Formats: sequence, C-alpha cells, structure tokens
Amino acid sequence: MKLALAGVSHHQAPLALRERVAIDLHAAASLARRLASADGDGCEAVVLSTCNRTELYLARPADDGLTDRADRALLELAGADAASLAPVAYRLTDESAALHLFRVAAGLDSMIPGEAEILGQVRDAFTAGAPGPLLDRTFRMALHAGRRARVETAIGESPSSVPAAAAALAEQVFEGLADRKVVLVGAGRTSELTARNLLSRGAVVSVVANRSVERAERLASTLGARGVPLDQLPDAVAGADIVVSSTSAPGLVLTHAELSAALRGRRGRPLLFVDLAVPRDIDPALAELDGCFVYDVDDLEAVVASSLAGRRSEAVEAERIVSAEAERFASWRASLVVVPVITSLRARAEVIRSAELARVESRLENLSEGERAAVEALTTQIVNKLLHLPTVRLKEAAVTAHGLHYADVVRDLFGLGEEDE
Amino acid sequence: MAELLVWPALIAYGEAAFAYAGVVRGADRLGRLGIWGVRIGWLAQTGLLVAQALSSDGFAWRTWAGALNFLAWLVVSGYLVWGCRPRYRLVGLAVMPVAVGLLALAWAGGGTGVSESDPGGWILAAHAVLILAAFASFTIGAGAALLYLLEERRLKRRDAGLLRLRLPSLEALDRMAARITLVGLALLSLGVVAGLTQLDRGDVDATMTVTVVVLALYGLVLVVRREVGLRGRRFALGLLLGFTLVAIVLPVTHFAS
Repeated sequence: MKLALAGVSHHQAPLALRERVAIDLHAAASLARRLASADGDGCEAVVLSTCNRTELYLARPADDGLTDRADRALLELAGADAASLAPVAYRLTDESAALHLFRVAAGLDSMIPGEAEILGQVRDAFTAGAPGPLLDRTFRMALHAGRRARVETAIGESPSSVPAAAAALAEQVFEGLADRKVVLVGAGRTSELTARNLLSRGAVVSVVANRSVERAERLASTLGARGVPLDQLPDAVAGADIVVSSTSAPGLVLTHAELSAALRGRRGRPLLFVDLAVPRDIDPALAELDGCFVYDVDDLEAVVASSLAGRRSEAVEAERIVSAEAERFASWRASLVVVPVITSLRARAEVIRSAELARVESRLENLSEGERAAVEALTTQIVNKLLHLPTVRLKEAAVTAHGLHYADVVRDLFGLGEEDE
Repeated sequence: MAELLVWPALIAYGEAAFAYAGVVRGADRLGRLGIWGVRIGWLAQTGLLVAQALSSDGFAWRTWAGALNFLAWLVVSGYLVWGCRPRYRLVGLAVMPVAVGLLALAWAGGGTGVSESDPGGWILAAHAVLILAAFASFTIGAGAALLYLLEERRLKRRDAGLLRLRLPSLEALDRMAARITLVGLALLSLGVVAGLTQLDRGDVDATMTVTVVVLALYGLVLVVRREVGLRGRRFALGLLLGFTLVAIVLPVTHFAS
C-alpha cells in the first residue's frame, strides 16, 4: 500500500495563495470522493482544508504515480494560480506523509503550537473523506497522536490570545467560572469577545455598562444581561466577580476613589478587573484593595507571550510522542508485507488438516459427536501451535530490513502460491 | 534493622522537597518526581512505624522524638490525599520541608529506633494520636495558606509566568485550608477531652495552656470566617498565626516546663 500527500501550508504559501485552494468541508468531501472513485482500483482519499493549509492524502495498493496524481489534483484546485502554487507545495510519501499528518493533528505544524481546533478539523476531514484500509488507520493513529500530545503534555493548556488569557487568569482566582458574574464596561467588539470566552466557561454576563445605553442594551440582549449607563457602574461592580472594560474613554472610568467605598462590603471576596482599553479605563490603584486584581492589555500580552514560550518547550515532548506514534505506524505498515504470506500459510495448513481428516473419515465413523468435536479441536490446536511461532517471527521480521526476505523464504518452503501448479 | 527505613524515607522526602522547589523554578517535569518521592518515602516510613508498633506493647511514640516521627507520617499522609492531584501537588512545596525537618528531628532525638516499650493506657494513646493528627492538619492547612499568599502575591504583581506554573485557584486554596483546619480543630477538641479524662487536679502545665490557646485561636478564626466572612489573605494570615503557636510556642513551653 502506498501513501501520498500533496499540500500547501502557512509555512511557505502566503494567504493570497492559500485562499485559492481553500475549500469548505462539503467541497473537501466531494473532492475526496471524486479522487477515490476516479481510478476505481481501491484508491483512498481524504482532503484536509483549513485556513492554514490544504492537503490531499491519497492511498492505493500500487504506486503508479500516486504522488503526481495528488499534486495534479492540488494544482487543479488553484486554477489559474497553479504556476505560483507549484513551487511552494510540498509532496510527501509513505512514512513521511504519515509523520506530517501526525504533527498536524498534534498541533505541532500550526502557527500557534498545540492550538485546539486542528484536531477537530482533522477528524472532520477524515469523517467526510473516502478513506480505505490505509488512510483509515493513518488518520485514526494521527488523531490518537494528537490526543496523546494534548493529554500528556501541557502544549494545549496555555492561552494563546488576550481574551483566552483573561479567562485563564479568572480561573486562577476562582474555583471554576460557572455562574460567576461578569460586568462589561463598553459595548465594543473586544469586550464582547472576552465576554464570550468567559461565557463558554460557564460565567454569566450580568451587566453591560456603556456611555450610550442603547448600545449597552443591544449587546446585553445578545448576552442575556441588562444594559445600564456608566453612572450605575459602582453598584454593578460591587456585586460582580469579573469586570471587563474596553471603552474609548480618554480617562479612567473606574477609579479607586469611586469604588473603594462600594467594594468595602465584599470583605476580601476576589474581584478581577480586566482592562483591555488604551488609554486605560481602570485605576491601577484598585489592585491595592484586598481581593482586587487588576490586569491591563500589556499584562495580558505578557501572559500570552510567556505561555506561548511554555507551549514551545512542551512541543519538544509532544514531538517525542508523535515520533513514537509514527514508529508504531511504520511497524504496522511494514507488517502489511507479511500479512498475505501469513494468511496463505494458515489457509494452506487448514486445507491439509481438513484433507487429512477427510482421508480417515471412514475410520472416524464410529465416533460420537463429542469425540468428533474433540478430534477437530485437537487437530486445530496442533496446527495453531505449530504456526504460532513462525507467525510471530514473521511479524517481528516485517519491521526489519529482512521482512521481504523472510516472506519469500516462507513462500518457498511451504510452496505458497504453487497450489494450482 | 527496621530502623534503617528512616533513611529511604528521609532521602525520598528530601528529594520531593527539592523537586517541588525545582518546579517553582520552571522545571515542570520535576513535579512527578516529587510526588513519587513522597509516595516512596511514605511507604518506607509506614514500614518503620509498623515495625515500631509491632515491637511495642503500648503506644510506640510516647517520647517527643517518637511523636515527631508519627507527626511527620501524619503530615505526609494528609498531604497525599490532595497531592496526588497534579494541580495540588505544589502544596508539597510548603509541607514536605516541614516533614523532612520533623523526621530529621525525630531521628536526632532517637524517635526512629525500634525497641520494646512499656504498655500504657489506651486513652492516653488516643489522646496523643488525636492531638498529633490535629497538629498534622494544622500543618497542611498552614501549607495551603502559605500557598494562597504566594499565589495572591503573583496575581497582585501580575506575574507573566502565572499560567506556566499553575497552582490551585485562590478560592480552592482558601477552601482547602478552611476544611483541613476544621478537621484539625475537631481532632484537637477530641484529643483535649480525652486528655482531660486522665488529668489529675493540679496537673495543668504551660503546654496544656498553650494547647487550649491554640484551640481557642483556631476556633475564633473559623467562627469569624463563618459569621463575618473572613476570607482570603486575612484568613490565611490567621491560620499562619495559629501554626506559629503550634510550631514554635508549643515546643518551647513543652521543653521549658
């Protein structure tokens, strides 16, 4: 079985080229089916297309220019830009193609190492594609490698964006974000993104405060909150757990002088202020209050930078996992060489066993049903035990350079394939 | 021969303490080594305590050094309940050096030997076990409180590496410290009651007085937490004050009297 891959990714191809070959899941599924059925010779195909890459995986029992076929299909997608795409496209085969897919699934080939989306995208492409025995096994092992990399290392744990960093910080303060009250100050896009990140972790937005109450109410209605004017902020903040602020106000919106009295009743209950505005909305002096923590954009960007550095160091361990899985794949693929030999050997043994039993049928006539079953079981056991060690040795040899030689020797010794002659 | 088990226990606890310090310095992988050190040390010390118990007719840890040996085991046992969860592992950063110190002192004072001892009353034995278990709880509670203050400091300082070294959340640490202290307070109360049943008139000494003060202080901190909502930094400081009484004033009064 041969495996071929042709693709382009963010490493070499600029966005302008990538978007020429980017297709949605439905189109990817159609293309995979078309590629698989075009030859009608057991060809398999899966098309993975995300914003960072478009990759065509093909597999077939015989090579027969499989890589060229994958390459042609990719260039056809580019249409008039095929000439620009050709130099930046990559072509890989067999173990290299599998290793590449394993790295992709683990997020090691992504712009942000360990990003979570790619594993789902690989799964979707696999489900929508037209895999056969080889691609099915390859993609299953890739998904397993991706899961292992995320479970056994911290590569996917740290946040990779400012809104995600704000949510992760909130989780350092509170034991889970379920039902935590969030107050949004400002009704802009940044506040909304951060709020949605917090909402996805179970928090609830209770209040949206804005200079324009209309805009506050509009956003509040989509988040299940109520909109209030800015002068009601101190009361809203006093009952909140997290305050996210992102207004275009020229000065401070929440000051120490305004809030210290309102926050006295909290008795040290934690309150996280996330200030995403430039210039800042939240008075840094609020951090002096017991239980109050204030983070601005610079702080959050520093947290993101630090956690990305952490992801890169975790990537070393993830690479080790991916390599181990790629080796397992190589062993499995090598074992395919001896599978037909083992199957023939066992079939041959079974033919001999059945023939010998048939030959002495007349002498076994007087046996009871139970005794006949015992003879059947005994002869089957003898055959199985005799073939067990050769089968194991053949499978072991399959992953070494002697695999094919061993297979030939067994074929020759047992006359496999000569039955008809 | 069983006395030698103190060495693997000490070495493994020491290794765990160093491993946790390494985790704080950025070597995340040492966390697993740390918890394995704790487990191996705990098994060795358990073997030692079993040998001591088997060779004794009564409570095997009646001397101050013996009590420290038993206390170290209780502290590590209590820590293992939480420490097996990766996020809580770093509570060991505060707890394991204390365990190493206790066991080393026990060894220096001859509390890790295996020898026959006289039989004693079971009520006194129960009193000792309860008091020691209470002190072990206060030690772990203080460890959680210390970790709370460390985490709060990192959050206040807006440490960029906050998410690389993930400690339990402030709320989780606060709750953990409160629960362990509550358990410790209950055990201490039972221990004091058990001791009172054996007390003759005029036997009251400074150690008993300090024990009652410890009981009152921890009780006050927990009542104020429940009634007034004392939480976070102030609660952690209250627990550390109580632990100071247990760790410093109590031994001083014990040896002075």
